[in-house]
Amino acid sequence: MKKNTKINVKDLNLWYGEKQALHNLDVKLYENKITALIGPSGCGKSTFLRCLNRMNDLVDSAKIEGNVIIDGKNIYDKDVDEVSVRKRVGMVFQQPNPFPKSIYENIAYAPLKHGIVKKGSECDDLVEESLHGAGIWDEVKDSLKEPATGLSGGQQQRICIARTIAVKPDIILMDEPTSALDPISTEKIEALMLELKKKYTIVTVTHNMQQAARIADMTAFFHLGKLIEYDETETIFVNPKEKKTEDYITGRFG
Amino acid sequence: MSKEMNPFYDPSLKKRHLKDKLFKYFTISSLSISLIFLAIFLGDMIIKGSSAIQQTYIQVEVSYNEKSKKSYRKAVERKYINLLSRAALREIPMKMKNNPSLMGTKKLVWMLADDQVDMYMKEYYYKIKSRDLKTLKALIGDSRVEKKFNTIFFTHGDSKTPEYSGILSAMVGTILTLIVAMAVAFPIGVATAVYLEEFSSHGKWSQFLEVNINNLAAIPSILFGLLGLAIFINLFGFPRSSALVGGLTLALMTLPIIVVSSRAALRSVPASIRQAGYGLGLTKVQVVKDHVLPLAFPGIMTGSIIGLAQAMGETAPLIIVGMIAFIPDSPSSIMDAATVMPAQIFTWAGMPERAYIERTAAGILVLLTVLISLNALAVILRKKFEVKW
Amino acid sequence: MQTFETKNRNRHIQEDMIKYALILAATISILTTFGILFSILFEAIEFFKLKSFVYFFTGTEWSPGTVDSKFGALPIFAGTFIITLIAMSVALPIGLGSAIFMSEYATKTQRTILKPLLEVLAGIPTVVYGFFAAITVAPFIVNVCNSIGLEASFNSALASGVVMGIMIIPVISSLSDDVITAVPDSLRKGSLALGMTKSETIKDVVIPSAMPGIISAALLGISKALGETMIVVMAAGLRPNLSWNILEDMTTVTVRIVDSLVGDQAFNSPATLSAFALGLALFVVTLTLNIVSVRMIQKFKEKYKMSSL
Repeated sequence: MKKNTKINVKDLNLWYGEKQALHNLDVKLYENKITALIGPSGCGKSTFLRCLNRMNDLVDSAKIEGNVIIDGKNIYDKDVDEVSVRKRVGMVFQQPNPFPKSIYENIAYAPLKHGIVKKGSECDDLVEESLHGAGIWDEVKDSLKEPATGLSGGQQQRICIARTIAVKPDIILMDEPTSALDPISTEKIEALMLELKKKYTIVTVTHNMQQAARIADMTAFFHLGKLIEYDETETIFVNPKEKKTEDYITGRFG
Repeated sequence: MSKEMNPFYDPSLKKRHLKDKLFKYFTISSLSISLIFLAIFLGDMIIKGSSAIQQTYIQVEVSYNEKSKKSYRKAVERKYINLLSRAALREIPMKMKNNPSLMGTKKLVWMLADDQVDMYMKEYYYKIKSRDLKTLKALIGDSRVEKKFNTIFFTHGDSKTPEYSGILSAMVGTILTLIVAMAVAFPIGVATAVYLEEFSSHGKWSQFLEVNINNLAAIPSILFGLLGLAIFINLFGFPRSSALVGGLTLALMTLPIIVVSSRAALRSVPASIRQAGYGLGLTKVQVVKDHVLPLAFPGIMTGSIIGLAQAMGETAPLIIVGMIAFIPDSPSSIMDAATVMPAQIFTWAGMPERAYIERTAAGILVLLTVLISLNALAVILRKKFEVKW
Repeated sequence: MQTFETKNRNRHIQEDMIKYALILAATISILTTFGILFSILFEAIEFFKLKSFVYFFTGTEWSPGTVDSKFGALPIFAGTFIITLIAMSVALPIGLGSAIFMSEYATKTQRTILKPLLEVLAGIPTVVYGFFAAITVAPFIVNVCNSIGLEASFNSALASGVVMGIMIIPVISSLSDDVITAVPDSLRKGSLALGMTKSETIKDVVIPSAMPGIISAALLGISKALGETMIVVMAAGLRPNLSWNILEDMTTVTVRIVDSLVGDQAFNSPATLSAFALGLALFVVTLTLNIVSVRMIQKFKEKYKMSSL
C-alpha cells in the first residue's frame, strides 16, 4: 500500500482536569486512506479524534501536550488559528446535527461565511456539487428550501457530510457516523466514505468492528487512553500482534 | 516559520476574529450595564435613605404647668417654638395627663426638632427664618442639638409632619394584608396543584385550568385592583382600604405563583413513592396526604415564600382598592382602613417636603431588606431540603 | 380462606369529597379570570352606554373633568405605546446580551453568582423603580438635556421608559437564558467544526434556533411594559399627549386608570367608568400577547422535543 503521511501525531498527551485521558500517542495517519479508530468505550478514541481539529479546545478542563502535525505544521503552535484548522479538517458527528434551517442554508452557510463562494449561482453550484458529493442530490434536489430537520436520520447525516465537504477540507473526521442509523442508511454512508477517500483523508471512530473491517485501510486499537496497536486493517483483524487486540477483536472484552 | 509557510495562515480570519471579540464585548457590557444599574440604584437608595437613621433632637427646658397644659406652645421658650417638631410639642399636654406628678416642674428634655432643622443638620436644602437660624446656631454652640437614632421611624405611623412620621402602621398593615392573602392563596393554591398533578385525568378540563392559571399569571396587576374594586368592595360591600380587601386581591394574584411552584414540587416526587404506597394498599388520598405532600412540602414552601415576597412589593392593585389612605395609627383588625409599605412609600414619594425623600428611601431600604431576606430564606429552604432522587 | 374486603362505602365517600373539594379550589382560578373579565366588561359596557365606542378608540381629546367630557383615548394609547417602545429598546438588547453572556460565555461559577444578581433586579418592587425614576433619573435627564440645549419635562416619557426597560431586563434575560441553554450542544459543535467562530455560531445557529423562545420572552416583556403601573404613575405625566417627542410628558393607560379611580367621583360617572374601558383594552391586549407567547414556547419545545423548560 502506498502511504503518504497527512497527519503526524507526536507524543500527544491529554488531561481532563487531573485525569489523563491520552498517553504518549505517536501515530501517522495517511492521505486518501480511511483510518478506523476502534476500542472499548472510554478508551480515548473519540478524544483523540477531537484533538485532530482542536475541538478539545472547547472543553475548559482539557490540557493538551505534544504535536499534531498536518502538512508540516503543528496545529497546536501559537501562530495557528483553531478556526482555520477546522476549515481544513471537517468533522461529522455521531448524531446527525443539521441546523434547523433549510437544506440549502445548511450547505451554503459555512462557504458563504468563509468567503469560498459568493451568493448566487456560484453558491448554488457549490451546494449542488456538495450534495452530489454526499450522494444525496437526487433525494433532495426538489426540496432545497425545506427544513433539513424534516429528513430521515440517514439523509440528515448525509446532509451533514455535504455540509462538511462544502467547506473543501483536506481531512474529514467522523465520530461514529453510523451508530445512530439503520442498516440501509449505514450501508449508504459506508459506500459514500469509500467514494470520499479518493479526495479526502478520512479518520473515523467506530464501535462496529465489521464496519472497520469493511471500509478501513488502516486500523488503530485504543485501550485506556493508550494506542495499543496500529497497522493495516487486515493485519489487525487477521494477525494482531498484541494479545489485547486479539481479545477485543474476538469479542472477549469491550 | 513564516506566515507564507504556515498552511493554516488565513488573513481573512482577522476580521472575523475581531467581530467575534466585539460580539463578546457586547454581551459582557449588556450584563455589566444591568449590574451597574443595580449598583447605582442600591447606592442611590442607601445614600438617600441612610440619613434617615438619625433624627435631630434639641435640648430645651420644658415647663409643665397649667398654661402649657392648655396650650403646648407655652411649654417651651417662645424662640424655640419654630425649631421644634410641632407634633412632638402637641404631645406634652397628653404626657401631663398621663403623669400628673410632672405638674409644676421644669425639666431639660431632648425634644424632637422640626424637619427643616433636621434638614439643616443633615446638610440638605433647608428653609429656616434667619432669626430662628441664629437661635439654632447658638444652641449648636452650646451642644444642645444632637442627632440620635431615629426610633420614631420604626415606632410611629404616618404623620403630616415628616419628622414625626414612621413606617410602623404600614408594616402592621402589610402583615395583616399578607396574612389574609396567604390564608386564602396558600390552601387554594396547594389544593389546585394537588388536583392538577394527582387527581385530574389530564383531559380537556385540566388543560383549560392550566391555560387559565398561566393567563392569570400574565394579567397586569392593576386589573386585579379593578376586580377587587368591582367585586369585593362594590358587590360584597367589604370596607374600602381594609386589609381584608387588599389581602383578597393579593391572594388572587399570588395564586398562580403558588400553583405553579407547588405543581413543580409535586412533580419532582418520584412515581416510585406513589407506587410503594399503592402497593401497601393505601388509597389515593392517603398516598397523597401521607407520602407525596410531605416530600413536596419544602418546594411548596419555597414557592409560597416567593409568592409572598411578590405580594409584599405590590402596589398598584392596592391603590385601586384604596389602601393609600392617611393612616397614622396601626390598624387593629383586617376591617380597619390600612396602608401597606409600598403604598406608604408611594405616598411619601409624592410629598413636597424634602424630609420625606429620605424617609421614602429609608422605607425602600426596609422593604428591600425584608424582601431580600424572604428570598434568601426561600433559597436556603430549597438548598436545605433539596433531595436528589 | 381469605376474602377481599367488600368496598368500604364510607371511605369512598370521604375520598370523593376530598376530590370535589380540590376541584372546587381549582375552580377559583377560573372564577378569578372570569371575575376580572366580567367585572371589567360590565363596567366598560356601562361606560360605552354613556360615551361613544368609536370615539374612544379614534378620538384625540381626553377631558373627563369638563361638563361636556370627552373620552378619546388615542393619545393615551400612543403614550403607552411610546413608553413601551422605549422600555423594549432598553430591555431587549441588554436582556438578550446578558442572556447570551450567561449561557454561552460565563463559567459555571460566574453563572451561579450572576444569575441571582439579575434576579434581585426582578425582585425590586415597581414602586421602588418609580421612586428612582421620578427622583433620580428624570432630573438627570432634564439636566443633561438642559446642558445640550434641549428642553425636557420632569415627567418625560424617556425617564419612565428607560427605568421600565431596566425593570424588564430580567424578564427577557431569564427566559432567553433558558431557551438558549436548551438549544442542543450538537448544533454548536456542528457549526464550530465547520470553522465558524463562536460569535458566528451564536448569531447564525444558536439564536435562530432559540428564536421562538426569544420572541416569547419579548412578548412577555411587552405585556409587562403595557401593564406596568407604578413607574409611570410616579414618573410619567397625567396629560394625554399625542407626540413623538420622548422628552415631553406623556400618559399611559395604567396612569389614567389609577387617576380616575383614586378620586372621590361617583362610581357610575363616566370619568370613573372610563377606567374600566381602558382596563378592558389592556386586558385584551395583554391576554393576546400571553397566548401568543405561550404558543411560541410550545413551538420551541416541539422543535427540540422537550417536555418542560
